[in-house]
Amino acid sequence: MADLDTGGGKKVSTRVDMTPMVDLAFLLVTFFMLTTTFNKPQTMELNMPDKTDDESVKQKIAESRTTTLVLAENNKVYYYTGVENPQVNVTNFSETGLRKVLLQKVRTIKDPIVVIKAKKEAKYKNVVDVIDEMAITGVKIYALVKITPEDLELVAKAPF
Amino acid sequence: MGKIKIPRKSIALDMTAMCDMAFLLLTFFILTAQMKPQDPVVVDTPASISDTKLPDKDILTIAIDAQSRVFFGIDGQFDREKMLEFTASNYKVGFTPQEIKEFSLMSSFGVPIGNLRDLLNAKDRDKFPQMGIPVDSANNELSKWVANARYANPKLRITIKGDVNASFDVVEKVMNTLQDQNINKFNLITDLKAKPKVL
Repeated sequence: MADLDTGGGKKVSTRVDMTPMVDLAFLLVTFFMLTTTFNKPQTMELNMPDKTDDESVKQKIAESRTTTLVLAENNKVYYYTGVENPQVNVTNFSETGLRKVLLQKVRTIKDPIVVIKAKKEAKYKNVVDVIDEMAITGVKIYALVKITPEDLELVAKAPF
Repeated sequence: MGKIKIPRKSIALDMTAMCDMAFLLLTFFILTAQMKPQDPVVVDTPASISDTKLPDKDILTIAIDAQSRVFFGIDGQFDREKMLEFTASNYKVGFTPQEIKEFSLMSSFGVPIGNLRDLLNAKDRDKFPQMGIPVDSANNELSKWVANARYANPKLRITIKGDVNASFDVVEKVMNTLQDQNINKFNLITDLKAKPKVL
């Protein structure tokens, strides 16, 4: 019977060094521990004022510091400053759009107030993105309110 | 001072035990990771930079999907049973103890009260068409569910899980329903997105 040539008959130790195996196991444990805490959903807090039909209780806000955003269909955002005969412009959700407008307001006005109104055709994503922009640009005072017929008219008349 | 050279002996440690322990820990964490409760509807939430985590218990979830259907759910089997009893007496619908038990195991549902018994008795619940809970002012079932849920558990926190393409109209109706009950603080469930650099 032919013999297998084991190359000199040297005894090779069968001890395996388990250190890398342990490293791997701990890496896996850490990975699972971290990913299960990361896939918990995040929340965004939203506080609304108390619903009241009493007009006198509604706070008076300084017009010059107020920017009104009207969210419309197709990710369009109409905005205007003040209340008397405002100039309505339109922008979108890109970086050069709404964020630029808001940053400019934050830089030029002390404590800007933003009033957010959404048309029925706007998507929920638009509302969440706008509230997010408030957090990103640092606008502290903002409110989500019901859209009025005057706003709908203003937006309809806008040439965009 | 003369350098005293300590003769170093090489120590070969047998790591097998450590490896066993590591795998035991791994198994423990995999098994105790909680399963996500099966939702009847897939909701794609929008992203936001907010990183406040959702609390684990005592939450009331109102889910609004892309077709603007409204789903409702709370956690806690006992609270679900109590809520169902209150709502059943509001709408004068009777539920058998078996149906109440089935209900307490459902994480969320989206059918008008009239179809709830059919849903509970359906053999294949996933295929049962769930049209959403009515929120219109004429028949606002959602407000009854929310009120009864809060009677059952006053500590409940309200969360709204809306789909990116849900029309704001329905979201507004839901928020008005909540505001009518003097609920003014809610949490909107969002995915995490990195905070963009603002110049």
